[in-house]
Amino acid sequence: MAMPAAEIEALIKAALPDATVEIRDLAGDGDHYQAIVTSAAFAGKNRVQQHKLVYEALGGRMGGELHALQLTTTLPN
Amino acid sequence: MSDANERISQIVNEHDVVLFMKGTQLFPQCGFSSRAVAILEHCGADFEGVDVLQDMEIRQGIKAYSDWPTIPQLYVKGEFVGGSDIMMEMYEAGELQQLLQEKVGSAN
Repeated sequence: MAMPAAEIEALIKAALPDATVEIRDLAGDGDHYQAIVTSAAFAGKNRVQQHKLVYEALGGRMGGELHALQLTTTLPN
Repeated sequence: MSDANERISQIVNEHDVVLFMKGTQLFPQCGFSSRAVAILEHCGADFEGVDVLQDMEIRQGIKAYSDWPTIPQLYVKGEFVGGSDIMMEMYEAGELQQLLQEKVGSAN
């Protein structure tokens, strides 16, 4: 069930090429991650829409294969 | 599926603040649900907790209804607000308290 951090990062970057992705493995078990995603694609979108962009990038793995991803989305400075 | 949609629609329209969660308010069964409950309690909000672990139709149905893949999910006045990360960000920015105050007048 676990998913490597590099795979999460690659999926997000494939959908949001400009994104900076910072991933922390919170429990050290490859199953509980925190991700901070910075992308210009979030401009003009509310938090729900921003998170949905990332969930879409993960292509349905969220809530399944990927159990726990604490997500923060931000715009580049 | 449409039955689930109807049931969910009824729940979110009957109650001002609804948290779809794993476990109950007193005994949350997941860290994210626990965090969501704690945030609402800090806001002084009365809310209806719906334990999706007790209801498979709603557990699956709510993900499609909100187009959101995870639980917990917060609804205020029939509108989807977000999951626990968004709740936490909004709480820290004071926005969740403001939203609850404006929509239901129940925040501290």
